[in-house]
Amino acid sequence: MFKKGKSTKNRALPGNESLLRQLWNDPMGRAGMIGVGIVILLAVFAPWIAQYDVAKMHAKDKLTGPSAAYWFGTDNFGRDVFSRIVYGARVSLVVGIVAVGIAAGFGYLFGMIAGFFEGKVESIIMMVMDVIFAFPSILLALFIVSALGPSIVNTMIAIGIVNIPVFCRTVRASVKTVKSTDYIANARSIGLKKMTILFKHVTPNVMAPFTVQATLALSGAILTEASMSFLGLGIQPPNPSWGSMLSDARKYMERAPWLVIFPALFIIMTILSFNILGDALRDVLDPKLKL
Amino acid sequence: MRDYIIRRLLMLIPILIGVSIAIFVIMQLIPGDVVSGILGIEETPELRAMWEAKLGLDKPLVEQYFSWIGKAVTGDFGESFRTGEPVFPEIMKRFKISAELALLACVIAWIIALPLGILSSLKRNSVIDRIVRVVALLGVSVPNFASATLLILFFSKAFNYYSPVKYVGLFENFGTNMEIMILPAFILGSVMAGSVMRMTRSSMLEVLRQDYIKAVRAKGAPERVTIFRHAFKNSSIPIVTLIGMQIGGLMGGTVVIEQIFSIPGLGQYTLTGISQRDFPVVQGCVLFIAFVYVIVNLLVDILYTYIDPRISYS
Repeated sequence: MFKKGKSTKNRALPGNESLLRQLWNDPMGRAGMIGVGIVILLAVFAPWIAQYDVAKMHAKDKLTGPSAAYWFGTDNFGRDVFSRIVYGARVSLVVGIVAVGIAAGFGYLFGMIAGFFEGKVESIIMMVMDVIFAFPSILLALFIVSALGPSIVNTMIAIGIVNIPVFCRTVRASVKTVKSTDYIANARSIGLKKMTILFKHVTPNVMAPFTVQATLALSGAILTEASMSFLGLGIQPPNPSWGSMLSDARKYMERAPWLVIFPALFIIMTILSFNILGDALRDVLDPKLKL
Repeated sequence: MRDYIIRRLLMLIPILIGVSIAIFVIMQLIPGDVVSGILGIEETPELRAMWEAKLGLDKPLVEQYFSWIGKAVTGDFGESFRTGEPVFPEIMKRFKISAELALLACVIAWIIALPLGILSSLKRNSVIDRIVRVVALLGVSVPNFASATLLILFFSKAFNYYSPVKYVGLFENFGTNMEIMILPAFILGSVMAGSVMRMTRSSMLEVLRQDYIKAVRAKGAPERVTIFRHAFKNSSIPIVTLIGMQIGGLMGGTVVIEQIFSIPGLGQYTLTGISQRDFPVVQGCVLFIAFVYVIVNLLVDILYTYIDPRISYS
């Protein structure tokens, strides 16, 4: 009875492939995917894409403008700006992914426990989350890094901690909704263990809001890292970071505007791409929110 | 209502205790110790013992915490290691500057975001709607330090304009103060405006498709009344929530902007404290900002009852 049409074929695809295709079919989703794809390509293939070593100083070519030899010009030490931007993508992405990994991992665990077990455990967990939420995020991240000392690892830890409550609240809310459904009641009635219910039946159902949150948190984490590096408390030299490149460039921006323009454009493009992708992902996974 | 406010104020106590414990614990994570940081190469056992006694570091941790928080609730945040000046009066002085910046940013954000958000919802899927959505997306995606740097570059290159370097207070010279504050406030406000615009649009769209809006229109009410008295008022709860969160968050945003524009506000004071490892300053500023953040969120909750009388807090 059913014709072998496009929609039937789509439905037959495994979940992830179908999701990617749905995102690609949406113009905003496609723009986001392309933007994020470029950043990932830059990060992964940095050694092949970059023209020079990031730390190599070309003493004779200090503050030279964009040219065939230096696509985005050079900085006050004669370092190639393009190469530093390419490696900066790697730093931004790694810090973002690890920080969101920390936040998502702990947020998922605490959110699951709080939502599923309730009672005193929930009160204590949510109280801790409220305390973390009581600080503006950039301020808390700066405060943690100031205590631990500025480094790439401490930056990831600080941004990770700051983002835990968002994931915890998202997962807890979803768990509470899922918990009251009939199929969880059925799973309980047939005597399944709490852990089995939690990981096998509840987890897949909280993944949609969790994935959207992770994408949006990634742009937030990249932004926080860039802001911290801009203030000198994030990634430390000689590692290139878009934020610190922009900060260092301010002294020379009258003479060498390219030092400001290129890192700023890459930061903006990256965050914009992740935000667009996050929005598109939310529309695909939760069409009720699409207005 | 009064009972609700009292209850909420009581609920703040455990949060603020948690915040103070978190700050105290994080300060204990500092590698090395504070005394070595202060004395540097001049350290001798006698000097060390003297400073430890002076700072109360020779006492058990629990006692140190209660001593610190006991003084903090009376407004004694200790003295700066660098200047020797008491921290709390300096925080209050600088808070006024940051509050002015934050307030100005809010006003700019609302002036931009609310009309555009409403317009975007009324002209859904039109060219105007698309432009507004792109502008809003740019607002939330362009980091304030990037837009600040690009705008400074633009004004210097295009108009040879540089904003005054030395800060002048609002009541000393209103014109110069505005000249200093308007660009940073616009940058902070534009980030805020992006999310307010998006929230206003989606919240208005949600309300505009409700039956009672159709009923109001069917009654023949003027469109202006339908939009502002019926639709906007009922869609404002999530907008107010967002704005409340943003006002608190602005205290964090000012850290970056004040540094770029050399505005001597609380954010710059915090950052100077961090870079100079001036711990009483850092501790005091973080505690104060977290306190303001929590109070602002409480005020937003109370504001709900005025916007929507259906919300009761019994």
